[in-house]
Amino acid sequence: MQEPFATAIAANRFGLGAMPGELDAMRGQPREWLIAQLKGAPPVVTDSSLRSSSDVLSEALELRRERRAAAGAAADAPAESGADPSSPGGRAANIQKPLKVAQLYRPRYIDEATARLRHAATTDRPFVERLTQFWANHFAVSIDKVAVLGLAGAFEREAIRPYVLGSFTDLLLAVEQHPAMLLYLDNSLSVGPTSRAAQVAQRRGAERKIGINENLAREIFELHTLGVNGGYTQQDVTTFAEVLTGWSIGDGAFTFRERLHEPGAKTVLGKRYPQSDQSQGEAVLRDIAAKPATAHFIATKLARHFIADDPPSVAVERIAKAFTKSHGDLPTVYRALVDSNAAWSAPLSKFKTPSDYIVSTYRALDLPVDRTRRGLASFELLGQRTYSPGSPAGWPDRSADWDGASALMKRIEWADAVGQRVGTRHNAADLAPSLLGGTLSADTRMALARAASGSQALTLLLTSPEFLRR
Amino acid sequence: MSKLNRRQFLAATALATGGALMTSRLAFATMDSNSTSRFVFIILRGALDGLMAAPPYGDPDYARLRRELAIGVPGSAGGAIQLDNLFGLHPSLQFLGESYAARELTVFHAIASPYRERSHFDGQDVLENGFVRPHASQSGWLNRALAAVPADRSRSRKELGVALGQNVPLVMRGPATVASWSPSKLAALDDDTLERITDLYARDPLLSKRLADAMAANAIASEAQEDAVDETGMMAAPSPEMRDKADAADKSTLLARTEKGNARGGARYTEVIRAAAGFLRKDDGPQIAVFDATGWDTHANEGAALGQLSARLGALDAGLRTLKEQLGPVWRDTAVLIATEFGRTAAVNGTRGTDHGTGAAAFLLGGAVAGGRVIADWPGLAASNLFEGRDLRPTLDIRSVMKGVLADHVRVPSAALEREVFPDSATARPLTGLVRA
Repeated sequence: MQEPFATAIAANRFGLGAMPGELDAMRGQPREWLIAQLKGAPPVVTDSSLRSSSDVLSEALELRRERRAAAGAAADAPAESGADPSSPGGRAANIQKPLKVAQLYRPRYIDEATARLRHAATTDRPFVERLTQFWANHFAVSIDKVAVLGLAGAFEREAIRPYVLGSFTDLLLAVEQHPAMLLYLDNSLSVGPTSRAAQVAQRRGAERKIGINENLAREIFELHTLGVNGGYTQQDVTTFAEVLTGWSIGDGAFTFRERLHEPGAKTVLGKRYPQSDQSQGEAVLRDIAAKPATAHFIATKLARHFIADDPPSVAVERIAKAFTKSHGDLPTVYRALVDSNAAWSAPLSKFKTPSDYIVSTYRALDLPVDRTRRGLASFELLGQRTYSPGSPAGWPDRSADWDGASALMKRIEWADAVGQRVGTRHNAADLAPSLLGGTLSADTRMALARAASGSQALTLLLTSPEFLRR
Repeated sequence: MSKLNRRQFLAATALATGGALMTSRLAFATMDSNSTSRFVFIILRGALDGLMAAPPYGDPDYARLRRELAIGVPGSAGGAIQLDNLFGLHPSLQFLGESYAARELTVFHAIASPYRERSHFDGQDVLENGFVRPHASQSGWLNRALAAVPADRSRSRKELGVALGQNVPLVMRGPATVASWSPSKLAALDDDTLERITDLYARDPLLSKRLADAMAANAIASEAQEDAVDETGMMAAPSPEMRDKADAADKSTLLARTEKGNARGGARYTEVIRAAAGFLRKDDGPQIAVFDATGWDTHANEGAALGQLSARLGALDAGLRTLKEQLGPVWRDTAVLIATEFGRTAAVNGTRGTDHGTGAAAFLLGGAVAGGRVIADWPGLAASNLFEGRDLRPTLDIRSVMKGVLADHVRVPSAALEREVFPDSATARPLTGLVRA
């Protein structure tokens, strides 16, 4: 393979789009450039504005307490005091006007999404960041559930980033025990039908039914590990949900609540688990992480993400084998991916997702990321609002999911707005080879040379077929 | 007048004032014979709880299974809107209730696709691909149906269908050309840049096709928006009736809150529904529109007469009312099918919600629908009748409804329906008489 082509593939398919100078920095060794990024601890995303999930949850709890108190005070206050804003009662009512949880969470979300964009736009280990975003999407949470709005970014920083260069089992355990996932998939309130909590409630003649919620158990099997055809039954889902009862949240962190846990040994996927506490669920997770179906499912998703919508089975098998042999050692799995020839020989087959497209533009043009609406609004406008895939399956990963006519037009309009804004600061014809290397076509080169203005040239570069794909 | 849209009326009067009365009548006739049925497919992603949307309040086991999620009997506070002695509608579905009374709504219950597992994503795939198994096809049944509509009926229409969204959902992917459209907040490009991009895509078949489709859709949508502006210009001040309604709403805080909630929720769909109507109103525009709505996966705190799902249903109901208003005279020729990938558990779960189930409810709405009926071979909710001991047992194949509507309303030849559109669907005989003759 020609080297200028391979460096462009490394930067654009495995990375997040080239920054000027990135292709040269590979010194003709694109594979080595990728593998070197896997060494050392994963980068940490820091910003003084970012809060831990336990801080966010404590704040939310505090807010709920205040609201409850305010509601009580309002009920106690005499009716006429509200009519006069200058009276003490009236002012108190104003001060205590309850803040909604969403209002508390929204600034957290904006800070997190901004920090994420800034990191992606500037990192010199873009392969690690692409992998991080791959896993965040594999273990998707979505902010259309308000409880997730304040936690999605912290979830990624706490349960995904630290583990992307470690073992899959550790990643899985961190994810399934994170408050964001327990809230998103409703496990925090799931109660074993014969647990102590259920028995107490029944003695008291509780109105509401006490029982399990099988959402998390099902999605762990279907979306996080085995895959939908991974060989589990409805009975396995139900029993696994019982195993996971008691996996809850206390003081803003994962807590095992024995009172909620369904007691007794349980059989999942044909194996008996005699444990009586959180280690029962952990043992199930360790076992399913090691199943061949999981290796195959993860390998297929990685190959689809990096190679093609329908990746060659030889590449999938190679990655799956590396997964199984290394007991889910992720850097080993990534090396198998990088070593697979299909990843380098396939044409630019993937249409960039809106997020990829925006991030690659930021990197190409060194656009500043400040905490304004503009950066995040772009994601919304192009159809991929940060942390909002809308379902636990995450964002889809096939070109046909993103290359619709209206989506393309949005992208062109957005690129035109970028061209108008910063086009005069760049020389698109000079910039293009440093971004696209050997993938830059003669047609695009000519279109850039003939453009009527600097901003039009930049628009043409950003809308060229080779910049739209990776 | 009711048979004409405004533009046709203006064209006709212009001719009439020119003295060519005969010509104008001919124009009417031509337009009338050109009028075609419209079909809208709305996918509710996430598994709508059919026992909440269309509660079988008369089933002896319903209240026991649903406990605090049960909708009360018609006439009780927060009770169901009565359909018959067994079924009702959720109280948030006011417009659907009115449509049922006007015989423009048919409710299907205990209905399901051939899919019998409980994955949302595979379930939606089967609902859209028209086969019996997930991932059996890269094209969808509605697109294949469009491809099978005889050519002479589709003449003068560049695109037969439109997907309201940035990308085309599986059900609309396939051999037939379809448009996609979503609202834009960006400025349009200047023609020179657009032309250069068109040239740049000349050797890229996919991108040049997508770009051409997008430009065609934008042209239609901007015309539709001009129409909408015209209509608002013609609209009078709020009628006394509407003002009375607002006053009454102020008096009852609960009602006021519900109405406000519906108005806000209605806005969720307003833009997309106005656009859909804009496309469908056009004589030479697409005949079929698809869009989807998410947020139906109610595992926890589902609510009953009020609450989370109630608000979603209210928003959907308001959106459908907007669709009828926006379609104007075309509503008469319209059928809207609203379906979801599967239903939810018959019993409430441990977190005041419901988990993934099987049998669901679906709705066929519109001026063309022979409605005012519930079509269900009701299996009952007794423990022994539940599917796998937990779900409403499906007794009606949703492909029977789809085939019935496609055959009688969209006029898809039955041979194509059996062969290309819904392979392996011999057991799902088309339901006849769903639309008015």
